[in-house]
Parts: sequence; C-alpha cells; structure tokens
Amino acid sequence: MAAEEGKVDPMHQFAIEPIAGTEAWEIAGYNIAFTNSALWMLITTVVLFLFVMGGMKRQLVPGRWQMMVESFTGFIDNMLEANIGKAGRKYVPYVFSLFMFILFANLLGLLPLGVIGLHPFTFTSHFTVTGILAILSFSIVLIVGFWKHGLHFFSLFVPHGTPLPMIPVIAPIEFISFMVRPFSLGLRLFVAMMAGHVLLEVLSSFVIDGTNAGIGFGFLVGLPSFLLMIGICALELLVAGIQAYVFALLTSLYINDAENLH
Amino acid sequence: MPQIAQLAETWSSQFFWLAVFFGITFFLIGMGMVPKIMDTVDQRDSKIADDLAAAKAARDAADEQEEAWRVRENENREKARGIVNAAKADAAAKSEKTIAAAQKRLDKKLDEAEIRIGEARNAALAEIEAVATEAAQDIVQRVAGIKVTKPTAAKAVKETLAHG
Repeated sequence: MAAEEGKVDPMHQFAIEPIAGTEAWEIAGYNIAFTNSALWMLITTVVLFLFVMGGMKRQLVPGRWQMMVESFTGFIDNMLEANIGKAGRKYVPYVFSLFMFILFANLLGLLPLGVIGLHPFTFTSHFTVTGILAILSFSIVLIVGFWKHGLHFFSLFVPHGTPLPMIPVIAPIEFISFMVRPFSLGLRLFVAMMAGHVLLEVLSSFVIDGTNAGIGFGFLVGLPSFLLMIGICALELLVAGIQAYVFALLTSLYINDAENLH
Repeated sequence: MPQIAQLAETWSSQFFWLAVFFGITFFLIGMGMVPKIMDTVDQRDSKIADDLAAAKAARDAADEQEEAWRVRENENREKARGIVNAAKADAAAKSEKTIAAAQKRLDKKLDEAEIRIGEARNAALAEIEAVATEAAQDIVQRVAGIKVTKPTAAKAVKETLAHG
C-alpha cells in the first residue's frame, strides 16, 4: 500500500513485483521473473499438496483429514458423473486439479496476512492466469471433441430439431456463443476475485482514513465500514468457493458437449 | 489497473509459472494422488457392499434354518402329542382291564360268599330242625308222656316251621 502518499491504493494489491534477483530471468527472450504471483502459485501448490497428502493414508476407516480429501474427490467425481456420465471419470484429475488450485488460490489470497506485514496475492485476480486456465479448459474441449467426433463435432452448432432454413442463422449464433466461452470463463473468475478484493481494500481505506480523521468520523464511518468488512469477508469466502465451483462446473459442462455432443 | 498496465512485461512470467505450478498440481496431485484416493474410496464402497451382501446372505440362511427348525419342531411336537395320546390310551386300556379283572374277582368272591352263607343257613336250619325235633320229642314225652318217633316229630316240626 502506498503509505507514503498517505492514502490506500486499492489497486496496488494486484501489482506484480519480481522477487529480488529474478527480474532478469528469461527463456528465449521471454521474461520469466519469479514474481509475487509465482510465489503464491508455489504456495498454493504446496498447500494443496500437503492437503491432498493428508488424504493419502488410504485407511479403510478414514480419519477426519482423509474424509475431507475424499469428500472433495467425491464431489468432483459426482459432478462429472452427473454432467458427463460414466465417461466423466477420466476427467476427474484435471477438473479436481483445476477446482482445488483455484479454490486454494482464492482462499489463500484472502488470508489476513497483512496483519503480520506479509502481502497475500490472489493470482486468480489476474486475467492472464484465469485466461490461461480458461484457454486450457477450452483446448481440452476442442481436442476431445475433434478426437472423438472428428468433423462431426461441428454439429454442435446445429441444435437438434433446427428447421433447415434456420440453420444459416442459428449456426453462427451457436458458433459465437461457443467461442465466447473461454472469455466468459476466464473473465468471470478474474472479475469476481478482483471486485471482492477492491471492495475490501476500499472499505479498509474507509476504516483507516475515517479513524485517522478523528473519533467522530471513526464512529460514523470507520466502525460501520469495519462491520461491513467482516460481513463482506464472509461473503468473499463464499465467493472464493463458488467461483472455483463455477469454473469447474462450466468446464465439466463444456467437456460434456465435447464428449456427448448434444 | 496493474492487470492491464503490467500485461506486456508480466504475461510471459505469469504463463510460465502458471504452467509450472499448475503442471505440478495436475501431474503430481491430479494424476498421481487423486486416482489413489478414489481407488481407496472405491475399495471401501465395494467392501461395504460386499459386507452388506454377506450379511444379507447370512440373514437369509438364518431365516431358512429357522424355518426348517420350525418345521422340524412342529413335527416333533406332533410326534410327541401322538406318543402322549398313545400312552394315555394304553394306560386307560390297562387300567380298565385291571379294574375288570378286580371286578371279576370280587364278583366271584361275592358269589362264593353268598353260596357259603346259603349253605351255612341251610346247615343252621337243619340244626334248628334237629334241635327242634328233639325238643319236640322231649316236650311231648314230658307233657303227654307219649313217645313220639323221630320222623313224626320231624314232620311236625317241618310243618310248623313252614307255616311259621
């Protein structure tokens, strides 16, 4: 936060800063500096690994931790089975990785680490990241679709029962809606995460500036803002889960299109 | 907005590190660990299903055996009732026979006793006649001084006894 300017910059939290000494790393001319964003990807991966590791005891009668991990895998498994059917099982590793990676990133980014002087960074609030994940999901849909159905996959753009004269009109619309999918998928997560974090930051600036302006403003502005923040924090936890779920759900629905056409 | 302002300088780093860490997540966790966890769940589910099936089979077997036991038990009870009834009938027949035999013996004894009583009475009557005859002879001799022969006296006595 730009404390030296005496005010809170709500966008500063999204700034990507290379961690000291890695600014110049590059591959084939492309910069690959190890940034705070990359650091939080690393943290997410490690925490997720530890979480899933706790579920690897493979006991017949599961403990609490194993039960928790199994309920996540079961959740993804059920979602894929409900949306795709028996063939959905082979996508569990991908959708599980996607869901858990986004979920943990969202939740870790919400940790109140600023209290102890660290700066949590939510890399899912960057459309570079969500966009890449969306394109990845979209590519899987395309690859599976063309692999399984060949050129017949294009029949996806002609819904069942379309009257013949309507096809020239319907097909482009369907095609556009299909091509918009990766954008809507990536932007949804990015916007939801960014909006939540900006809102929290703005409210926190109300708390800080209001309190600094005197006791009266502190009670009038700071306290209500603080109470609102507590509520919005809970809401953000919910949004973190929901957005991860939506991303995984939409991915599974799109894979269903590729797997089963219509 | 840093997402746009920094896009040109950071997109390659974002892409690279996301590929690295999401790759690790996918290959290590998604492909390596998740199938094992799901396998454990499947094993548990199938174990539970097997155990339930075994329990159901055991219960069915128990029901069958109970049914068989019930049938056997009913047969046994029926048999036992037959035996008891036979024993009862046997005992009744035997006691009837015993009672009949006793009755016969008693009847015989009664008849014998009656015969003996009749004989005794006849003997007594003969004795009385004889005594009466002698007494009559004696009385007649003493009162009338007539000697009556025994047959005459006896005849008189008999007539008197017959008339009362």
